[in-house]
Amino acid sequence: MSKFHVTTQVNGDEVEFLCDPRETLLDCLRDKLNLTGAKEGCGTGDCGACSVTVDGRLVCSCLMLGVEAEGKQIETVEGIADGDVLHPLQKKMIEYAALQCGICTPGILVAAKSLLEKNPNPTEEETRYWLAGNLCRCTGYDKIIRAVMDTAADLREAS
Amino acid sequence: MALDDRKSGFTFVGTRPDRPDGLDKVTGRAKFGADMSAPGMLHGAILRSPHAHARIVRIDTSKAEAHKYVKAVVTRADFAEVPFKPGLEGEFWNVLENVMAGEKALYDGHAVAAIAATSALAARDAVKLIEVEYEVLPHVTDVDKAMAPDAPVIREGAADYSVPEGVHPNVVRYHESGHGDVEAGFAEADLVIEDSFVTEATHQGYIEPHACLGQLGADGKGELWCTTQGHWIAQKTCAALLGIETSQLRVTASEIGGGFGGKTTVFIEPVALALSRKANRPVKIVMSRSEVFRATGPTASASMDVKIGMKKDGTITAAEGIFRLQGGAFPGAPGDMTAMCAFAPYNLTNVRQVGYDVMANRPKQAAYRAPGAPMGAFAVESVIDELCKKLDLDPIDVRLKNAAHEGTKASYGPTYEQIGLVESLEAAKAHQHYSAPLKPGQGRGISCGFWFNHGGETSVSLALSEDGSAQVMVGTPDIGGSRASMALMAAEVLGIPYENIRVTIADTATLGYNDVSHGSRVTYASGLATIKAAKHAVEKLCERAAAKWGIPVDAVKWENGCAVPSGPNAGDFDPLPLAEITANMGSTGGPISGHFEATPEGAGVSFGIHIVDAEVDPETGKTSVSRYTVIQDAGKAIHPAYVEGQYQGGAAQGIGWALNEEYIYGDDGRLQNSIFLDYRIPVASDLPMIDTVIVEVPNPGHPYGVRGVGETGIVPPLAAIANAVSHAAGVRMRQLPMSPPRILAALKQDG
Amino acid sequence: MDYHSPASFAEASALAANATGTTRFLAGGTDVLVQLRSDLVTPDTLIDIKKIEGVSNIEQNADGSWTLGVAVTGAEMSEHTTLGQDWPGVVEAMDLIGSTQVQGRATLTGNLCNGSPAADSVPAMVAAGVTLTVTGPDGARTVAVEDIPTGPGKTSLAKGEVVSAVHIPARGENGGDAYLRFIPRTEMDIAVVGVGVNLRLDGDTITEARVCLGAVAPTVLLVEDCAKAIIGSTLDDTALEALAEAASAACNPIDDKRGTIAFRTEVAGVLAKRAAKIAYARAKGEKA
Repeated sequence: MSKFHVTTQVNGDEVEFLCDPRETLLDCLRDKLNLTGAKEGCGTGDCGACSVTVDGRLVCSCLMLGVEAEGKQIETVEGIADGDVLHPLQKKMIEYAALQCGICTPGILVAAKSLLEKNPNPTEEETRYWLAGNLCRCTGYDKIIRAVMDTAADLREAS
Repeated sequence: MALDDRKSGFTFVGTRPDRPDGLDKVTGRAKFGADMSAPGMLHGAILRSPHAHARIVRIDTSKAEAHKYVKAVVTRADFAEVPFKPGLEGEFWNVLENVMAGEKALYDGHAVAAIAATSALAARDAVKLIEVEYEVLPHVTDVDKAMAPDAPVIREGAADYSVPEGVHPNVVRYHESGHGDVEAGFAEADLVIEDSFVTEATHQGYIEPHACLGQLGADGKGELWCTTQGHWIAQKTCAALLGIETSQLRVTASEIGGGFGGKTTVFIEPVALALSRKANRPVKIVMSRSEVFRATGPTASASMDVKIGMKKDGTITAAEGIFRLQGGAFPGAPGDMTAMCAFAPYNLTNVRQVGYDVMANRPKQAAYRAPGAPMGAFAVESVIDELCKKLDLDPIDVRLKNAAHEGTKASYGPTYEQIGLVESLEAAKAHQHYSAPLKPGQGRGISCGFWFNHGGETSVSLALSEDGSAQVMVGTPDIGGSRASMALMAAEVLGIPYENIRVTIADTATLGYNDVSHGSRVTYASGLATIKAAKHAVEKLCERAAAKWGIPVDAVKWENGCAVPSGPNAGDFDPLPLAEITANMGSTGGPISGHFEATPEGAGVSFGIHIVDAEVDPETGKTSVSRYTVIQDAGKAIHPAYVEGQYQGGAAQGIGWALNEEYIYGDDGRLQNSIFLDYRIPVASDLPMIDTVIVEVPNPGHPYGVRGVGETGIVPPLAAIANAVSHAAGVRMRQLPMSPPRILAALKQDG
Repeated sequence: MDYHSPASFAEASALAANATGTTRFLAGGTDVLVQLRSDLVTPDTLIDIKKIEGVSNIEQNADGSWTLGVAVTGAEMSEHTTLGQDWPGVVEAMDLIGSTQVQGRATLTGNLCNGSPAADSVPAMVAAGVTLTVTGPDGARTVAVEDIPTGPGKTSLAKGEVVSAVHIPARGENGGDAYLRFIPRTEMDIAVVGVGVNLRLDGDTITEARVCLGAVAPTVLLVEDCAKAIIGSTLDDTALEALAEAASAACNPIDDKRGTIAFRTEVAGVLAKRAAKIAYARAKGEKA
């Protein structure tokens, strides 16, 4: 089977890989670029653990083919911190104990960051609905929602 | 375990520091099961039975073997017995039979063969080339039907000695316990209610699918990386199934993406090792979500009859329950646990409980957070709620009136030590949620819940470094922040900052046997062992100080991270900090470390009370949960934020179980909802904030008073929500999940 | 699997016409990739239409009608203020599909061509009177949305035909639309019942109406009797009851893992009433 050569940008770096057209962006990130921060929890777009942004748009990387990444700008959990400085959301997630096992955390962070960029002052309901596609089985979401809302408040104050 | 030195004032314990693995987990750096790779690695894929029950007539692997990317194919024949471990018995045999089908495929999704190929895609393609000829057999998936006289027999001779004669062979274990005379008790009652309840199987629903990377050589030495709640049980089981020596297999636990009991056994791990042994290369297997639902352990489904008698003043005169649990095609459904937990919150004169373990053509059930207890509580607490309603009694008052306390003979036999049920009920009654006004259409429900908690085999080592920092090696995978709790307890004993302690989950080659992270045992048992190991190191630190000062060791005590003379008579020496002792330890007697291993027996039972407000859309039957409060006894909360997290997580899983989660089988015996789209776990917008109250009635069996907190939280929600629905909509739901079609049908029938 | 990303619909159509085996067009991919991953459908030919110029455009035409490219995502529709003011029902129906992440990819056309009777956007589109341009080997034709689905997973599109544009009529005066669905959770489910209502008023009286039901039959149903029940009324209780009865009577559902026949039939009536009330309020210019 013939493979496709894909050139794309991930967290600001230009990268290239060869992929079978059946391989998802998630497969390519994890297996070809060794970026294992995005997780496959379902492979059907139902859990959000593989969340990334593509050209600024929040998507499930399991619902996009690797070949479709050609020429795109992709951001993953690995690109959220600025060097050794954690993003405020990352700090709050730890501070609030908003993760237990941590498998959903990368997807939650990518999705929540995308929310706050779009809506700096989300209500609890807006936050819950925005994150409805990010399943967490450990926390009951309580501490996650509080961490996101509190980060939003801090960022509003800082700006 | 007698505790001489109970501690009550704490420096570190009870604070909420950042977890040690926080940075790794918010940056994507943490390595979970599927995140590991190895040079030369192959990818495995498993062929699964599409039939609920079928004889395997023939497996032809020749086409798959001929595929250019395929390096190995295995079937049950590759798990043949080897000379030094002839035959497998009991649970090992069951696990083998589950890991790779023998003569029969016993459920939809049962593994029948596996391959290893050079890429994941190639493996997925090539596994389809394996040809299996099946002779389809009659199947049964429902618990009551599986016990009926005409039910197909899953396996002859699987029942143990406990099963009475004349019962269907699918019933494989029987439990009966209690005390007093229930008939006499019912005769004393002013009101007796007898009712039947059904719950469907639910899945633990961890977001991380099972994943492993195994390597096994012809020399019988192997390495295994896997996501597991217990790598020693994985080591022991894989070694048994592959016929190698246990110690020759080193197992490393990855970060674990949720388990809830479902990762306490093995599924793909022995298969990866068998493929590796055949291909002479490392083999990675990662399950798809659909495989997780079809082939890993959901909890048991249940059918239950409960009868309770009550006096007008709320006194329970007698209680009786029959609990039939279906646990898939293998023994193991926790009918005994359900029976033993069902009435455990109450101080009863007359009680009798019966539990059945029933097999059916479904995947082998696995533990799920307080296995067996939520179903029984659903039935019992629903009946108590009906009694309260009919007798016009306050549901918390009635539970307080009958509550078990220290000295109560438990429904399942033993006598309780210090327990926190009364304190928890009083906290629930005093909570503003309980007295808050309800909006029109809302109903409020409460329920009690009980879980035993567990100790288990535990081994911990602690080593001090020259610079005065400490490393703690525990053997219980961290499923919810336990490394933070271990570090807090070690800091408390050593008197050095929390940040100076690194806790590692040791691999099987580094520590002695550790039981699985289950039974809410980690903070209790590994915590106890951490405290004892730290104390062991402190003894040595005191010895070094004594030697330096030239005084007897019993004249030295440990205080705030320093050796100090135990009193004015011991001499006048400046406190000697830990780091000053360790700085010279090489020349004062060598490395200083501490160790502790035991099977602690004082886990201490735990009780919780949940209060829930719910409303039901009368036109569609849809239930929404508008307010939720968890009150539970933690004994002593080491890291309160992670205790709250356990309460909230248990409640959320219980809400899912109550309202929408269920295994749905078609008439063909195939699972119909094997993806998260149709297996409906709660999403963020489904839930309210979940308030928590941590009650602390110390467990006499732990130096700091810890009781396990992980499991009890899933026990009350099913009944609490059913009771809220009953008060909101006027219909008593006796079947879970309380899905909109069921509630609407009940409303129609009622109206 | 062959993957193509043609530069025009004519090229896409030619690729599909000449392909053998199973062909799928790839827009948002939120169904195609799920089927691929689960080995349900592995196309022999996959034609990605997102490289075709204009497929992500949302344009309002001079007559007030709208033309949407076939790769316009749900998120892009939700972010478009004027489209949402004109056709809140269509936009909300699209927005109900899947998560925020799915909204970043999913499209109206994909939702339609997947052929699910439970597709959320389809009843809303049918109620709104949406039409499509379909490009085939013999050129382009215009088709009403309701003429596309022919059964679960099946469409009337011929080999080589590809939907190339979506046309939403001009809203016009005194009109309003709404879509409601029933799911057991608050998000992330497939509709158990869906109802789209689009109506126009003269004063307080309904003069035009289209009511379309989803997930209660092998295809979505445009129910004439539902429209009749409310046309000429002010959506009073009698009209609402007649609407509910007509909706329930039109149902021909199945019992499955998502709902029962009785439940779907009952709830179709309930949702028809609720959706009609919202559409009515919108037509009156009330915020709903």
